Amino acid sequence: MPGFRKRSIRRWNPPQHSFSNMEIPYTISARPDTGLWNAKLGIWLFLASEVMLFGGLFSGYVFLRLGSAPGYWPHGLLNVPVGSMNTAILILSSVTVVMAWASLKMRQFTRYQIYMAITIICGIIFLAVKLAYEWPQKFVHFGAYIKPAVAEKYEDYLGNKHLIEKGLEPRYEITGHLHEIEINRADADPAELDTLIKARGLEVVKTEDEGKVLTLKVHSPSDAVALRDVLGVISNPDEPNPAKRTRKAHGVKIEAFELALDEINANPTSPENERPRFIPRSLSEKTATIHMEDIDGDGQAWSSFEPRHSSYFAVYFTITGLHGLHVLAGVLVFCYYMLPVSTRLYRQNPEHLANRVEVAGLFWHFVDLVWIFVFPIFYLL
Amino acid sequence: MATPTTSTHAHGEHGHDHGDHHHELGFWQKYVFSTDHKVIGIQYGVTGLIFLFFGFCLMMLMRFQLAYPGEELHFLGLGRLLAYFFPTEMPKGIMTPDFYNSLGAMHGTIMVFLGIVPVAFAAFGNYVVPLQIGAPDMTFPKINMASYQAFFVGGVTMLISFFVPGGAAKSGWTSYSPLANVADHPGADVIDPATNLVVSHVHMIFNGQTLWILGMVFLITSSLLGSVNFITTIIQLRAPGMTWMRLPFFVWAQLVTSVLLLLAFPPLEAASVMQLMDRVAGTSFFLPTGLYVGGHLWGNSGGGSPLLWQHLFWFLAHPEVYVLILPGIGIIAEVVANNTRKPLWGYKAMVMAILVLGFLSFIVWAHHMYLTGMGAKVSAFFQTTTIIISIPSVILLTALMISLWGGSIRFTVPMLFATAFMPEFGIGGLTGIPLAFNAVDLYLHDTYYIIAHFHYIVAPGTIFAIFAGVYYWYPKATGRMMNDTLGRIHFFFSIIFINGIFMPMFIQGMMGMHRRWYDGGLSYPVTSGRVVLGYSGTEWNHVISWSAWLLGVAQLPFIFNFFWSIRHGKKASINPWDSTTLEWTAPSPPPHGNFDHPPTVYRGPYEYSVPGASSDFTPQAQSDAGIPEKEHPPLEPATA
Amino acid sequence: MDSSHDPHPATQDGAHDHHDVSKHVKGYLLVGALLLVFTGLTVFLSYVNFGSSKANIIVAMIVATIKASMVAAIFMHLNSEKWTIYRFLLLTVFFVIGLFVLSLLAFHDPIRY
Repeated sequence: MPGFRKRSIRRWNPPQHSFSNMEIPYTISARPDTGLWNAKLGIWLFLASEVMLFGGLFSGYVFLRLGSAPGYWPHGLLNVPVGSMNTAILILSSVTVVMAWASLKMRQFTRYQIYMAITIICGIIFLAVKLAYEWPQKFVHFGAYIKPAVAEKYEDYLGNKHLIEKGLEPRYEITGHLHEIEINRADADPAELDTLIKARGLEVVKTEDEGKVLTLKVHSPSDAVALRDVLGVISNPDEPNPAKRTRKAHGVKIEAFELALDEINANPTSPENERPRFIPRSLSEKTATIHMEDIDGDGQAWSSFEPRHSSYFAVYFTITGLHGLHVLAGVLVFCYYMLPVSTRLYRQNPEHLANRVEVAGLFWHFVDLVWIFVFPIFYLL
Repeated sequence: MATPTTSTHAHGEHGHDHGDHHHELGFWQKYVFSTDHKVIGIQYGVTGLIFLFFGFCLMMLMRFQLAYPGEELHFLGLGRLLAYFFPTEMPKGIMTPDFYNSLGAMHGTIMVFLGIVPVAFAAFGNYVVPLQIGAPDMTFPKINMASYQAFFVGGVTMLISFFVPGGAAKSGWTSYSPLANVADHPGADVIDPATNLVVSHVHMIFNGQTLWILGMVFLITSSLLGSVNFITTIIQLRAPGMTWMRLPFFVWAQLVTSVLLLLAFPPLEAASVMQLMDRVAGTSFFLPTGLYVGGHLWGNSGGGSPLLWQHLFWFLAHPEVYVLILPGIGIIAEVVANNTRKPLWGYKAMVMAILVLGFLSFIVWAHHMYLTGMGAKVSAFFQTTTIIISIPSVILLTALMISLWGGSIRFTVPMLFATAFMPEFGIGGLTGIPLAFNAVDLYLHDTYYIIAHFHYIVAPGTIFAIFAGVYYWYPKATGRMMNDTLGRIHFFFSIIFINGIFMPMFIQGMMGMHRRWYDGGLSYPVTSGRVVLGYSGTEWNHVISWSAWLLGVAQLPFIFNFFWSIRHGKKASINPWDSTTLEWTAPSPPPHGNFDHPPTVYRGPYEYSVPGASSDFTPQAQSDAGIPEKEHPPLEPATA
Repeated sequence: MDSSHDPHPATQDGAHDHHDVSKHVKGYLLVGALLLVFTGLTVFLSYVNFGSSKANIIVAMIVATIKASMVAAIFMHLNSEKWTIYRFLLLTVFFVIGLFVLSLLAFHDPIRY
């Protein structure tokens, strides 16, 4: 055993010279008693923690769905054909990634490159469909929850009498594409309001009440949100604290929404629109008007299909978003394994590259596994 | 035979960087971006100790408010200094209730996630575990570095949160919804309490509670990366002959701790993401329908469940408290065996106990939620598992205590802390047993009894174990001993004052004094009126606060000793404590790669006072114990 | 037993040696095709009325579990993995189930007075 190396300690130097050739063992060959090489154990441990992560998210889903009142858990809001196609693409990429690894083990490098490229392309298509089609679609779709007490007013669009007769869950949401909104400009700053209308290209269809009430054509629910957020100065001369006598608050009041209805609200009593089955949200020709005083949550329960619209969308965006981040990470790692630095590694030590690809492939399969559960839970049930 | 292939193979087998063997590393590569487990261990240790000290200072501020409610903090003009930097939180040097809550929440978060886990688990684990198992480094050195960096970023995020409009997180380290969702919500006004005017706006992302969540995400990532590394290293890189039952108990403790971190943290990460979405994206994962805040209906969709947050949080947080104590028990086991000059009593029982403890810790979490309206069935389940989990805890403590029997005890400074650990941890653990019962917890929940219970485990428990570990392994890391006299002064004053802080809290708790109260119990006649042992509940606050400040002063010898001994401490031999475990066979400090060739292990970890041996300790890597051949033939290394 | 003198020790996973991997390739392609078939099956079954929505959920989850098992066993080589990995995965499965079951138990068993 080497003795204690005397050296004058002028400043503390962390040890940097190895007087041994100590490499880290079992990075490529397996340790005999466990039968594993390091990264294989490492990735499985990491995947175990990922199981707990998505397990926690799914337990949240279960809690929220079980805790929702009857009629408040939506169904059929997601596009099943597109979702099925995405599922198929991800499954295909799973096959190609294991084929890529197998090609490396069989020392067929060109085949490996082809399979890896296909895997990457599939991953990118999956993300593109999600980010360029599925998600943006949600932000232009509109939904409003009606107060249960006044639901009878909208019976033509909800069909609750029929549903209750059949022993099914009631409906309280009216969805579709927002066409026009009626606003009362009240205390809103007129200059700001006009700038907003021009900037968003909104058309004033009707004016009433000496220009106080406007009906505007809108393109998406975000226009309605922007209008609602126009500030105005509200003054209260009776307020004791002088600093609070005038304050800024929402100056625009939305009075009503006019929307083109989805099929489910156009024909609410049709057997096509009954559970349990997948119901597509396709647009009908019918339009309807919803008044603000009938909207639930003190008039706040309306929005596009964004995360805050309902618990369903909250958990949908969170889980698919997190899943999407994992897909992106996987794609980036695979791209790294196509770069020249990896080709060089193949020439020096093909088994090492095969192991790295196997580890990345295991991660990719796990991502596919999660999607296998996400797809039926959100798209079909 | 498990012989790792090493120096006979130049390339092809190993994924080690060839660059840093034979040339000088620059400053950044040596000190900041190092992948050497020892450097990373020291980085964790120093950063963690600084955070521990910072969390301690937060507590000292809180204790002023509790002892002298509503008064200006006049100590050395500290009140005016704080009033300058935090005008809304400490106007004129008087603490506002909001600031008190911030200090409380951040004290807990910083001590747990930025103090104890990085020091007890990551620092000692990173430094000592590879050495004790005879490995050259961790299995994934780059991931090790990444885990430290994630920890650092998380810590900085938490610190920044003090300086943003609205202040740091205020909803407890437990961050319960709905308060955590609506407190300082993005868009809210920050109002100066003195003038009642709006002074600034709480920002969308850069507000204290949101930064808390972001910081937690970084810290959780750091822990996950670290635990993967630890588990893989302990399973894969044990030296030849290092069978499972020859592992030093410290390594077993780190293994179980890593598994707890690996599997328990992710649900909290999921919950943190959900709470982040609630704050920033307007979702209502944890907000119920019809929530009214300040007289207005909170405009989220509703349909969420505050209980869901509690389940996901405590699913982590219960195993987390075992994460806080187990490395400490591991350190104490090493120190006790070494300073009693005999093997640990009941090593096998301790190993079984720690494995069972780790397993059970996952199914006891709802004992933190007895007051959430649980029915009889589910609370009966959790009461049962909680009582059962006390058994392995007691086994561990008992084995440590029996290890003292018949020993030739040397009261070195580490041993002082180790012997103090045992009864203190005993008090902490035993006071937890009444809390396991739903009926008792109904009264004691959220009182100072709880605070006393868990602080006895982490403060005179884990922190004393950390001190023991620092004094014990300092000579290995630096090649010098810490000053013995300063160490004894540090110990004696710490043990006195730490009990002065936490013992009266049991009394306050049983009187009914509630935790997280800004006024120290004044407004509650039960605690301000009733007198126990000559003091009312609020008068006990004086005893506790002064003990806390004096405890702070008692740390000064340690801080001085720690830095002074780097250059001026007595030079240490390679094995100053005459210990048997492998780390004491490497040079002090060990070079990159630790050992010049992998050690072979021939015996168990605590072969002290082996009958007939030539010395009172026989190192693990020594094949011959100096015992005459006809009595004991030389041992062969066992198959792994 | 002593592998230190073997300059290129084969990986201990005998099943994944050069020749053996080629035997598995057909399996991978077959499983891939099966997965696509099962995906179609899931969609089809969601249209069938099994009585209650609970029944539909159970059917969908059974199909998903079958698909997931195929991916895990064949693509992720779990059918021939080492016991260390199995131990950790079993622990994980146990704890995930514990998380679900115990939180649901708490949800379904509130205090009644």
